[in-house]
Amino acid sequence: MNSISQMTETLSPRHPAFVRVTHWLTTLSFLALLITGVEILISHPRFYLGETGNVNTRPLFTLPIPSSRPAVPTGYGYVLPDQNGWSRYLHFEAAWVSVLTGLLYMAFGFFKGHFRRNLLPAPSDRSPKGLALAIARHLRFRRPSEEEAWSYNVVQRFTYLLVIFVLFPMIIWTGLAMSPAIESVFPTAVIVLGGRQSARTMHFFLSIFLVLFLLVHVLMVFLAGFRRRVGAMITGRLAKTTEGA
Amino acid sequence: MSKISRRQLIRTGFAAAVGVSGLGVAAKLAARFGLVPPDAGALYGAGETLTYAAQRVLTRHSLAREFDRSQISKDPFANPVDPLGEEFHRLQEGGFADWRLAVDGLVSRPGSFSLAQLKSFPIRSQTTLIACEEGWSYIAKWSGVPLSHILDLAGTLPQARYVVYRSFQADWWDSIDMADAMHPQTLLTMGMNGSELPVAFGGPLRMRVPRQLGYKSVKYITRLTLTDSLKRFGKGLGSAAPEGGYAWYAGI
Repeated sequence: MNSISQMTETLSPRHPAFVRVTHWLTTLSFLALLITGVEILISHPRFYLGETGNVNTRPLFTLPIPSSRPAVPTGYGYVLPDQNGWSRYLHFEAAWVSVLTGLLYMAFGFFKGHFRRNLLPAPSDRSPKGLALAIARHLRFRRPSEEEAWSYNVVQRFTYLLVIFVLFPMIIWTGLAMSPAIESVFPTAVIVLGGRQSARTMHFFLSIFLVLFLLVHVLMVFLAGFRRRVGAMITGRLAKTTEGA
Repeated sequence: MSKISRRQLIRTGFAAAVGVSGLGVAAKLAARFGLVPPDAGALYGAGETLTYAAQRVLTRHSLAREFDRSQISKDPFANPVDPLGEEFHRLQEGGFADWRLAVDGLVSRPGSFSLAQLKSFPIRSQTTLIACEEGWSYIAKWSGVPLSHILDLAGTLPQARYVVYRSFQADWWDSIDMADAMHPQTLLTMGMNGSELPVAFGGPLRMRVPRQLGYKSVKYITRLTLTDSLKRFGKGLGSAAPEGGYAWYAGI
C-alpha cells in the first residue's frame, strides 16, 4: 500500500503545478480583494435594488456598522477613517490578478482534463443517495482514508465546481457591472442583473458566500491534517500519514 | 530524474524570459498608444494601466447608457461641499452673469466665455446615471454644451492630448484624455432635470463625464487648459484625485 502510493507520488504529484500556482495566486488576490472590499463597503454600508440608491433612498437593508463618511446616517456618533483611495487601487489590481489567474486555470483545467478527471463527480456519485452518503461522512468529521486523500470526494467536487464555475464568474460579472465604462459597452450585462445597485448588492452576497467557502475549506483542511494538506498544495507531494499532523 | 528537472528548469526559465520581455514590449506599446494613465507609478501602476488600456481600447466610441424620463431619481443626493466663499456668493447674487469659462493652452484661439454665450451654443441633454465611488447613485437629466463644441471653437491643436479642468474650489482640478473630451456625452452642464443646475449639484457649470465615476464630474468649472503632458500640473499625476490617493482614471 505504502509502496504503491509512493510510486504514484513520483509519477504524478497530488496537485499538478498549475493547480498549486493558481491556488496560491487566487488566495493572495482573494485576501487583498476581501480586505479592500470591506474598506470600500464601509464608505456606504447601505444596499439597494434596481438602478439607483443613495442616502435619500430607502435601502433594502443597512449593515449595523459605522461608516467612513459623515453623510451616511449610521446611528454611531463617530466616523471611521477613509481608506477608499488605496483600497480601490488595490481592489482593482488584485481583481486583475484574480481574473488572469482564473483564465490561466480555466485554460489548463480544460486542456489537461483536470475538470473532467478530478472535479466532475463520477456518475455513480451524482445520485442523491451517493451525495447523501458523502455529506453524512463529512458531517461526522471523519478524517479521509489514504485512498480518499488522493482525490476529491463528491461533496468537495460539487463545492469546487460551484466556486469555480458559478461564484467566481458571478462576482467578476457583478463587479464589472458597476463599471460605468464597461456598462457603456455591454449595457445588457447590467440590465439583466436588474441595475447597478442590484449588481452591487449581489456582489456583496457573493463575497459572503466566498468567505463562507473559505472558512469551511480551511476548517476541512485542519480536520484532514493541516500541515500535510497545505504541504501537498505547496510542494505537490503528499507526505506519509505517519508524519501527518 | 535530474534530467527531467533540468529540462523543466530550462523550460521555466524560457517561459519567464518570454513573459518578462512580453511585458516589456506591452509596456512600450501601451506608452506609444497613450494607454498609460498619468498615475501609473509605483505599486498600483500595473493594475491601473491594465484597466485604463483595456477600457480605452474597448470604450473609445461607446455611449453611456441613457435612461427613460420615468427613471429620473426623485431623491438625488449632492455630496456636501466646503463653503464656497464671499466671491462665489457675490457671483451667485448677480445670477452668475459674471461667471467666465477660460480656455487656454494648446489652442489657436484662447479666450473665455460667459454663461450667456455658453447657453447660446447648441444645447444637448442626456439622462444618465451618476455613481459615486462610495457606491451610491442617482439618475438625472443633464443639459449643457458638449465639451467638444468649445474645444472646436477654441481651435484645439493636434498635439493636445488632455483637457485639464479647474474648479472655483481651488483644490479641485482634474483632467481627461481626448477620447473622453471629444466624446458626444461629455457636457459642460448648466441644467438639471429641466431647470438651472442647482449650486449643490455643481451649478452654474459642471463637467459631466458619464462614462466615469462621479468624482470626475467636477463642480464649478472656471477654466479649461489643453496640454500634451500632465507633468506640469500639480504633482504630475493628472488630477487632484491621485494626490488624495484616488485613481486618475475612474471608468473602473
